[in-house]
Amino acid sequence: MDHFEVFGLPRRLGIDIAELQRKFYELSRRSHPDLHQAAPPERQAEVLATSARLNAAYRALRDPIARIEYLVHLEEGRDTREGATVKPKAPPELLAEMLEIQEALQEARSSDQPGGLATEAREALVVQRERLMARYRREEVRLVGPLTEAWDRGGAAERVGVIAAFKEALAVRAYLRTVIDDLDEALGEAQEGHVSHRRH
Amino acid sequence: MSRIVGIDLGTTNSLVAYVDESTGLPRVIPDHDGQALLPSIVSFAREGVLVGAAAKRQLVRRPESTVYSVKRLMGRGYEDVKEELCYFPFKVLPCEGIVKIQIGSREITPPEVSAVVLKSLKERAEAHFGEPVEKAVITVPAYFNDSQRQATKDAGRIAGLDVVRIVNEPTAASLAYGLQRIREGVVAVYDLGGGTFDISILRVKDGIFEVLATNGNTHLGGDDFDRAIVVWLLDDIREKHEVYLGRDLEAMQELRLAAEAAKIRLSSDERTALTIPFDAFTYHREVTRAELERLIERLVDSTLLPCRMALADAGLAPSDIDEVVLVGGSTRVPLVRRRVRELFGKTPHSQLNPDEVVALGAAVQAHILAGGITDMLLLDVTPLSLGIETLGGIVSVLISRNTTIPTNAREMFTTSVDGQRTVDMHVVQGERELAKDCRSLARFELSGIAAMPAGMPKIEVGFLIDANGILQVTAKELRTEKAAAIEVKPTYGLSEVDVERMVEESFTHAEADVEARLLIEARNEADTVITHVERALGQGGQLIGAGEREAVATALEALRRARATDDRALIQTTTTELNRATEHLAEVMMDAALKGALASRRADELMEK
Repeated sequence: MDHFEVFGLPRRLGIDIAELQRKFYELSRRSHPDLHQAAPPERQAEVLATSARLNAAYRALRDPIARIEYLVHLEEGRDTREGATVKPKAPPELLAEMLEIQEALQEARSSDQPGGLATEAREALVVQRERLMARYRREEVRLVGPLTEAWDRGGAAERVGVIAAFKEALAVRAYLRTVIDDLDEALGEAQEGHVSHRRH
Repeated sequence: MSRIVGIDLGTTNSLVAYVDESTGLPRVIPDHDGQALLPSIVSFAREGVLVGAAAKRQLVRRPESTVYSVKRLMGRGYEDVKEELCYFPFKVLPCEGIVKIQIGSREITPPEVSAVVLKSLKERAEAHFGEPVEKAVITVPAYFNDSQRQATKDAGRIAGLDVVRIVNEPTAASLAYGLQRIREGVVAVYDLGGGTFDISILRVKDGIFEVLATNGNTHLGGDDFDRAIVVWLLDDIREKHEVYLGRDLEAMQELRLAAEAAKIRLSSDERTALTIPFDAFTYHREVTRAELERLIERLVDSTLLPCRMALADAGLAPSDIDEVVLVGGSTRVPLVRRRVRELFGKTPHSQLNPDEVVALGAAVQAHILAGGITDMLLLDVTPLSLGIETLGGIVSVLISRNTTIPTNAREMFTTSVDGQRTVDMHVVQGERELAKDCRSLARFELSGIAAMPAGMPKIEVGFLIDANGILQVTAKELRTEKAAAIEVKPTYGLSEVDVERMVEESFTHAEADVEARLLIEARNEADTVITHVERALGQGGQLIGAGEREAVATALEALRRARATDDRALIQTTTTELNRATEHLAEVMMDAALKGALASRRADELMEK
């Protein structure tokens, strides 16, 4: 049973979050282990499995980007991580800038004092960071906007292309995320315990 | 279902509570002196073990054998805690990934110490009910990892309790509030106790308490405030009396207790006086609230980042929070209240006693589990991401933080060497990209895999985080449908990690070496077969039909192409295929050779005659 089926939903990305949550609560009331403590062990194991499946499904579907990642995963029919569906890939039009940034980052890393960047270099990196953040947000807008609509509207033939576009956009997004995190670190803006906005 | 009590096993104090059937409300069970709080202190004396207030009185007299704040050591490795060990008067030793406390000639683990506290609460509850109490819900900080939860569960078992559930403290508190005070909406629970800090953000709707995100620091609390004061007092004493007391265990306990008492008074008073009679002199000084706040400001401010991270994970802004609830004794500190108010822009709630509210909530959860409440349901989350270490030490996340529990994930494993019978994996918990920066939870060995060519076995490993936030792992070999045996080696402490990491590194290298050697062997085998087939085609090609000849030629060409790649499996399968394609040719040639041999022998025989 895939995550969409857990909620009785078709394999579509446009999901009403309020409705998903309502359904999640309803199903939780039916299958949460807390409410079946007096049941025989076999029934408890069953409830545990159902509840775990429900929670995993809710986690994957509640966030629009995680939902897309899951859809790609599902459509590709991969069940192992060895063949990770999305490999970070630099946005082609930004390749030149990326090389520049990576170089600047390397310099920053090899300098002895952490965060001891020259003001000029620092300012340049801050500007680049803003640029990449904007690009990152654009990629997300594209994912949850036009591409999501294209998937929901499209027939089988169009959908093949949409999946490819999803993969491309996710790959670019993942790449940008890594570079932005590296920039944060170089700029000393990564806070203690800060976690990259890693999603799965 | 039999009675289940709720226990708050705190860093400083512990409590036991239950839900009163007649009112439906939770109540704390006091001891026979009417005290609800049991100091989480255990003193190991020759005449026996003391717990609670009696043990607290031994702190100054027997500092080496009186254990307090043991919660900070639960499920921890030596490396995790070594920096704070200087503050403890008792001796803490590393021991196979965990720590042990040395009392005289005995070595005691943290769960054993906690078990003494739990047992005392169990007896208190039994005296109250006049019947045995065997089941309990025990609370832990929401940000406790798997090892810390497991250690708490172990403590319960040692105390003779069936721990039916481990519940997160802030969520327990929300249940207590929910029963009486909370309206529907989004609630932030800020829980600063004696040794731990948690922030949990919940949505309360139709009796469902859904945790949206949680964050925290399992090493930050009132103890740290006390330490900051003690360090400051030590300097002051050195200045005034020209003596450094930092190595005097008894004096340090005097100072710690005086600092704690002063801190508590400063929550209501603007200034207070400290008087400590030492042997050589009596130390006296005034402390103002402003002075205290300067000492603890950095610590208090460090709670704000986890709050912001929890908000970000929940996808909310501070203004989206409808209510803020304060839990834990340290939230009585005015500076803490001020900072929380500033962050969320609203005055936090604290109608329920912050020392008792967690135990009350544990009792509510116990009552839900016992079937006494059916319209309330707690949906809690796992605080940390769970992953496995992949090649290069990178963590592949299987279950991300803030996923509602119970939850599960599956992962496929296979072998990399022909006939490999076991597969190792390393499970970690944490948010960092590299396994070495995360918390090592356990190493698993999947064994009993049937000998098959590399890559053939399909072992499905299931990871399940149960409603306690504790990991369970199962494995199944899909081709044979046989459950694979799993040997778990819990890691617990970081001191072990360094050693194990080296083992892991040498393992990956060894594997790479083996792989390289196998590739060379596969190519050699392919070369031999290619040569043989070329020769056979040249010598016996005319013995088979044109169709068969073509099939052999195609298989030969496929192997030549595979030989040029680095793909060992492909080389091996195409080699096997070529062998199969030439089976008939080999037979025919063998027959021909035999006939030829016979014919020549006959000729020889004729010649002889």
